[in-house]
Amino acid sequence: MNRRKFLSSASAVVAANAVTAVGPFVRPASAQGGPIRIGLLAPLTGVVAAGGKEMVEGFNLYWDQHGKKVAGREIEIIVEDDASNPDTALQKARRLVEQRNVNMLIGDLLANTGLAVAEYVKGNGVPYFIPIIAADDLTQRKRIPNVIRIAGYSASQMPRPLADYAYHKKGYRKVVTISQDYTFGYEQCGGFCQTFSENGGQVLHQFWQPLNTADFSPYLAQIQSLKPDVVYAMETGADANRFIQQYANFGLKGKIPMLGCMNLTDQSVIRTLGAECDGIVSSAQFCEGSTAPATEKFVAEYEKAFNKLPSLYGFSMYSGAMWLDAGMKAVNGNVEDRPKFLAAIRKVVLNDSPLGRPVRLDDYGNPIYDVYIREVKRRPDGKYWNVPLETVPNVSQFGKYDPETYLKQASYSRTFQGIKKS
Amino acid sequence: MRPPLSMREPLEEVGDALADDALTRTPPRVMSSRARLIVAIACVALLVAVPFVVPGYKTSLVIETLIFATLAMSIDLLAGYAGRVSLGHGAIFGIATYVVLYHVTTGGGSPWVAMLLGVAAATVAAVVFALLAIRTSGVYFLLLTLALGMIVWGMCLRWTSVTGGENGLRGTVAPAWLAAQPVFYFFILIATSLMTWLMWRFAHSPFGLTLQGIRESESRMRTLGYNVPLHLFIGFTVSGFFAGLAGTLYAFFNSFVSPSTVALAQSVEGLLMVIVGGVGTLFGGLVGAAVIIALENLVSFYTERWPMVLGFMFIVTMIFAPEGLLGFARTLLARRGAEHRS
Repeated sequence: MNRRKFLSSASAVVAANAVTAVGPFVRPASAQGGPIRIGLLAPLTGVVAAGGKEMVEGFNLYWDQHGKKVAGREIEIIVEDDASNPDTALQKARRLVEQRNVNMLIGDLLANTGLAVAEYVKGNGVPYFIPIIAADDLTQRKRIPNVIRIAGYSASQMPRPLADYAYHKKGYRKVVTISQDYTFGYEQCGGFCQTFSENGGQVLHQFWQPLNTADFSPYLAQIQSLKPDVVYAMETGADANRFIQQYANFGLKGKIPMLGCMNLTDQSVIRTLGAECDGIVSSAQFCEGSTAPATEKFVAEYEKAFNKLPSLYGFSMYSGAMWLDAGMKAVNGNVEDRPKFLAAIRKVVLNDSPLGRPVRLDDYGNPIYDVYIREVKRRPDGKYWNVPLETVPNVSQFGKYDPETYLKQASYSRTFQGIKKS
Repeated sequence: MRPPLSMREPLEEVGDALADDALTRTPPRVMSSRARLIVAIACVALLVAVPFVVPGYKTSLVIETLIFATLAMSIDLLAGYAGRVSLGHGAIFGIATYVVLYHVTTGGGSPWVAMLLGVAAATVAAVVFALLAIRTSGVYFLLLTLALGMIVWGMCLRWTSVTGGENGLRGTVAPAWLAAQPVFYFFILIATSLMTWLMWRFAHSPFGLTLQGIRESESRMRTLGYNVPLHLFIGFTVSGFFAGLAGTLYAFFNSFVSPSTVALAQSVEGLLMVIVGGVGTLFGGLVGAAVIIALENLVSFYTERWPMVLGFMFIVTMIFAPEGLLGFARTLLARRGAEHRS
């Protein structure tokens, strides 16, 4: 191939690409009739591999129960391991979209993996659903039209009702927070502290500890000397496990009550714990000990299938699958028409979810929930689980704030927690 | 100061064993110049054909390979030629990526200025690393560069207001005219080829030979009147400069950076590419990058235990081809050539 020939063929390819680049949201309908391909990204290796496996379990459980077929089209699920690493997640997302030609992506667990994939699909318009990724700004300040948090929640959404409960119902006035030092922690603590301080409560101190802290004793000693009414703990995974254990070992349990984010007392954590987790209060949309018939049915089925109580990961991906099913049915399986499909997903009102209460999205692509205030209790068979204390209806990601005003406020960070000075 | 022999020997021998490639000492003519030309043309033709033959995902894999090959080769400049194995190059690479993304997304600047700033920042980091590390060798050098890399990682993780912490920085860096994949591919191909040629020139310049001399015997070079620390300093800085360039290209490609890009794992992966390809062969970096990235993608297609398979492959390589794939191929060719002649 001589140079001129090469140049002309190269420019032809460039031109062809430019043409296709004009309409990334419109796919030719010729692919319709074949299977609907869903790319499922989950961390099957790396630090959060345990959660990743439960994600896949939950997602597959739904399709196994309901048959892998929607509107006459087969559902093909392609699982890829994001290795708990954003660069790998991005690479796998590329592979799913560009090589396996998936119609949509769903999944990822760690916020950084989700944010990396979100940035990628921003450019090509592939629908991306995030039942686990809680990073506030993905449905707030930096939202992307084709990234929707079906069956998920945003980080600062859930702690607000808990802060109200702590102040009004329990009469706590002084709180100390301890949290893992990263964005998910800033957002959860921000949600709690802003509401708690605006109610009139006082945030005595906020501890930010590095991820994977082995020894909490320095923090526990300081917490004790600050003499708070209550502790709010934002810990996930192994940190949550260690914190709860050491809190009891150092004798703080029973002296200073503990509140937590939903991850602190998620089944993935308390499954391996004993009496030390008893009595911790948290808030979440899901509560495995709820007596709602739909929840009881789901928990029983999940326990039968996997011999363990469902965690947030399993539950969220199960509901996510249900949400996709409803959305795909609404467009009669024509997921190639992306704008229509995304609109249908946004309009879904999930009536038969394991929550037993209707769930829908707000205008920004984040679900509105009735939030449970829940407490860890011992089940008659000795296992610990979360049981509901009360329910706060219709909690959106903006809480009681007006969305537009709220979005003008800065994102929560270590330096900005929205604390109202009294 | 030269540490006592007992402390130096074992590691230097390991380093030598890795770098002990017939090629770098007395480059044998394993192929006739005509054969070399044919191989070179075949390689170029293959690389040029990539975006037309396998468009889409596979082309993006080749782009990634080219970028990581550049990182691997920059590590090889130090490891293979100067005999200094660095575990801090992932951090230098990542600093450039961070600076580019920060300048473009947070600062709203032009990508080309960002590229200059990124390379400058990486070079400055390399200067600092070099000043602290060049007087050591062997395991001390390894540990010092490792520690320096960890400091960069810690900063990226905790300096949330600038680096975005765990979540990293996101945003499209590459200008619009580079958006089409074939164009971007050729941009990367030309840039990395240019860098490879420059690195090759550097390694085979008289200055590059002094680095090899230092690898062979520091004391002899000093006796000959060479300023050994200065030469190592320049060698490290140049190597960091190329790692930084690769990092800026990675920002263009990935549109995303997080602490995992500056983490130890990144440095180790770069080093593994060098070792698999062949230490002290320069082009071994390209071979290693291609093999590792291809395998990662191929194996993870079939099993979620792919890290185990990769680990097994590294062990097998180390046992049967300790001189790396390229080194192995060269030895084979040399042997065949010798048989022909006899």
